[in-house]
Amino acid sequence: MSADQLSALSDTLFSTSVGLYSLAVVAFCAQLAFGRRPVQERELVGAAGTGAPAGPSRPDALPADPPAVRRWGRVAVLLTAAGALTHAGVLVARGLATDRLPWGNMYEFATAVVLVAVVAYLVFAVRSPGLRHLGLFVLGPVVLSMVAIGLFLYVQSGPLVAALRSSWLAVHVSTAILGFGIFFVSGIASVLYLVRSRYEERGGGADGGVLGRLPSAATLDRVAHRTAVFGFPIWTFAVIAGAIWAESAWGRFWGWDPKETWAFIAWVVYAAYLHARTTAGWRGRPAAWVNVVGLGVMVFNLLYVNMVSTGLHSYGGVN
Amino acid sequence: MTTTAPPRPEAAPTPPARPSAARRLGAFALRQWRRLTAMRTAIVLLFLLALAAIPGSLLPQRSLSQSAVGQYFADHPTLAPVLDRLYLFDVFSSPWFAAVYLLLFVSLIGCVLPRALEHARALHTPPPPAPRRLTRLPDSARLPTPLPPAAALDAVEEELRVRRYRVVRREREGGAELSAEKGLLKETGNLVFHLALVALLLGLAGGKLWGYEGSILVTEGQRFCNAFQQYDTYSAGAMVESGDLSPLCVGLEDFRAEYEQDLTAASFTADVTYGAPGEEGRSTTIGVNDPLRVDGDRVYVTGHGFSPRFTVTLPDGTTFDDVSAPFLPTEQSTMASEGALKLPDLGAGADDQLALQGFFAPTGLVQAGVLTSIDPRPLAPQVAVVAFRGYLGLDSGLPQSVYSLDASQIERGRLAEVGRANLSVGESMTLPDGTTVAFTGYSEFAAVQVSHDPGQLWVLGAAVAVLAGLLGMLLLRRERVFARAAADPGGGTVLDVGALTRGSGDGAPRFAALTDDLRAVLAARAPTRTPPSDGAAPQTGGAPA
Repeated sequence: MSADQLSALSDTLFSTSVGLYSLAVVAFCAQLAFGRRPVQERELVGAAGTGAPAGPSRPDALPADPPAVRRWGRVAVLLTAAGALTHAGVLVARGLATDRLPWGNMYEFATAVVLVAVVAYLVFAVRSPGLRHLGLFVLGPVVLSMVAIGLFLYVQSGPLVAALRSSWLAVHVSTAILGFGIFFVSGIASVLYLVRSRYEERGGGADGGVLGRLPSAATLDRVAHRTAVFGFPIWTFAVIAGAIWAESAWGRFWGWDPKETWAFIAWVVYAAYLHARTTAGWRGRPAAWVNVVGLGVMVFNLLYVNMVSTGLHSYGGVN
Repeated sequence: MTTTAPPRPEAAPTPPARPSAARRLGAFALRQWRRLTAMRTAIVLLFLLALAAIPGSLLPQRSLSQSAVGQYFADHPTLAPVLDRLYLFDVFSSPWFAAVYLLLFVSLIGCVLPRALEHARALHTPPPPAPRRLTRLPDSARLPTPLPPAAALDAVEEELRVRRYRVVRREREGGAELSAEKGLLKETGNLVFHLALVALLLGLAGGKLWGYEGSILVTEGQRFCNAFQQYDTYSAGAMVESGDLSPLCVGLEDFRAEYEQDLTAASFTADVTYGAPGEEGRSTTIGVNDPLRVDGDRVYVTGHGFSPRFTVTLPDGTTFDDVSAPFLPTEQSTMASEGALKLPDLGAGADDQLALQGFFAPTGLVQAGVLTSIDPRPLAPQVAVVAFRGYLGLDSGLPQSVYSLDASQIERGRLAEVGRANLSVGESMTLPDGTTVAFTGYSEFAAVQVSHDPGQLWVLGAAVAVLAGLLGMLLLRRERVFARAAADPGGGTVLDVGALTRGSGDGAPRFAALTDDLRAVLAARAPTRTPPSDGAAPQTGGAPA
């Protein structure tokens, strides 16, 4: 295939991914809709679970779902996985079309970040089925982000500018994408934790509804913390790798360029989150808010710094 | 945020003797110190640090762009001086930013040093005795076994040593007991992370104090040496003396810019020669992402541009051949450039100076008399020049830009326009007094930066240590396992096992695996009361989980 055909294929796959993710959102909605059951039943099954010799019951070990729920859940996860495959195809086709790593501009970067978030969710969904119920809340923002990326950030595939032609692109940008995608999932888990913990404080409500189908607040908090713990060293590495690259590209390893400044701010905020989660008076909701602020900083760093401020990182290619 | 340390029993109960002023001052200082080194304070300081960095990215900074700050002053004449007084154009070197991070680091050191001492002690101390009630631990199990207590504990000890626990056995009233511990590296990682941050800050500070940076525009064929008076702009740390600069001279032989078909810049490379002053010099090629590194100095190409050349011929026949000045690119995608050529020594008097202000287009296109550039490559260079005659004000004592004329001289009428034209290479224009200005060609120049930062390797090492410490701190767990064996009045032994995990995740699955293995080992070692099939192998390592 020629480069033009590959670019066109990449664009088609992008639309396909958005379509598949949207269908997955519908399936997740169906799963939640069929999941309305009295709370009592769940407690009963949960109590039976503690008899197992493995130890105390796990809060995320949800009881067996009715068949309809399980079916919709499986369909939703499969659709998500199919979407992730075509989504990866978007980047692969772009990479082949341009003969370079497919993260040379904001469109490609943001597309890759969203892919990491989807894959991170899929890993959770496969490893602990109780967390599948998060799907709607991950895939919803994912679809919104993809649409926004397609509408506002799209640029034609093209060659890299001279400054980006370095092997550090593979190291620095890949890890930044990875860290961002993981923080994305962590931030969503914290938002859901905030919602769910308020719901639990109010006593749960009779039939639960969508909130009742969410994993428990404790589980959400743990998911948020674990993903942040996983993302933080990756982000640290991305910043360090960026500094090493900057030393050979821009003549200094750190110069408070707006992107660098916001990467630093994000690092400090996530450091604060990890501390807050183990500090009396900050545990729980305050710590979760810190994590949400962290995600806000990451998004701000992507959008504002690339599109509004002028700095050395202005590779967005968006006019 | 009022109480940070647990309330301490202070010497209050005896009212009559008030503590002396020194004691009270000491107590106050101690209280403040505890408050500063508390984790809550650290979190607040982290937030302050993040907040303090924000204006540095929203407002123009002198360290990034002097001209952007100047523009801000022009746009906001009343607000800018106020912001300037608050150091908001130099956020990252401002006293208040320094105050935040220094407080944070004092807090960090105050928090980490005691922990480091405690950790050093812990490394040489055996694991603590088992708590009285093992069932109160987060994970616990009771394993009955027909083995005698000592043999049961032997089995547990072996199993734990295989898992690389440090194990201590104690005889106490309740029976023989065992304490085991592993994962002390987690705390080591924590300490390495925090201390490496301090090292990183020191490296940064050292690099700032003893480092310098100079920039210069070098035209092809020119050469410069590493000395502050040669640079167009430079900045140097407080500890740098101009005599300390390393002896290095760099000459630009050839500069090349290459473009893709869609005019994306593909590469900028410069062939340079370098060496000590007086030396012959070695030649090398540098480019974007590929600086020259020599003896702690780094030489970068940070930009490029064109210097149009002119030949000026006076009416009396005197010629000034190929005078040129660098024109700065105003638009990177087309390399449209602007600049000025000042010729103060042309005429007889101070009011007879000549200057050309112009616009250079590497590939020019004239539409309705207006020259624009359509391509960054020099395919059809053209200039649009305006000639001025009069007094340039160069010796007025006021600094002025090399790249433009002093507008105030034009406003005051001391410089008057005497002609303008669009010229291609080889064309010329004649001024009213008969002077001719010919556009003879162009040279390329490179913006070269020389940097020296003795701290950067130190910073790199510290950053690697930060990352290593972080990985150890976040990925390792500190686990303690306790076991107590007591003889069961009904025969055999009651073995209690409990575990305590500090770190990510929960210990339940691993504890379940441990007790499963223990059950298997105990069953394997049990005297052949059960079918004799597997009683023969007491050393079963890992049973199926």
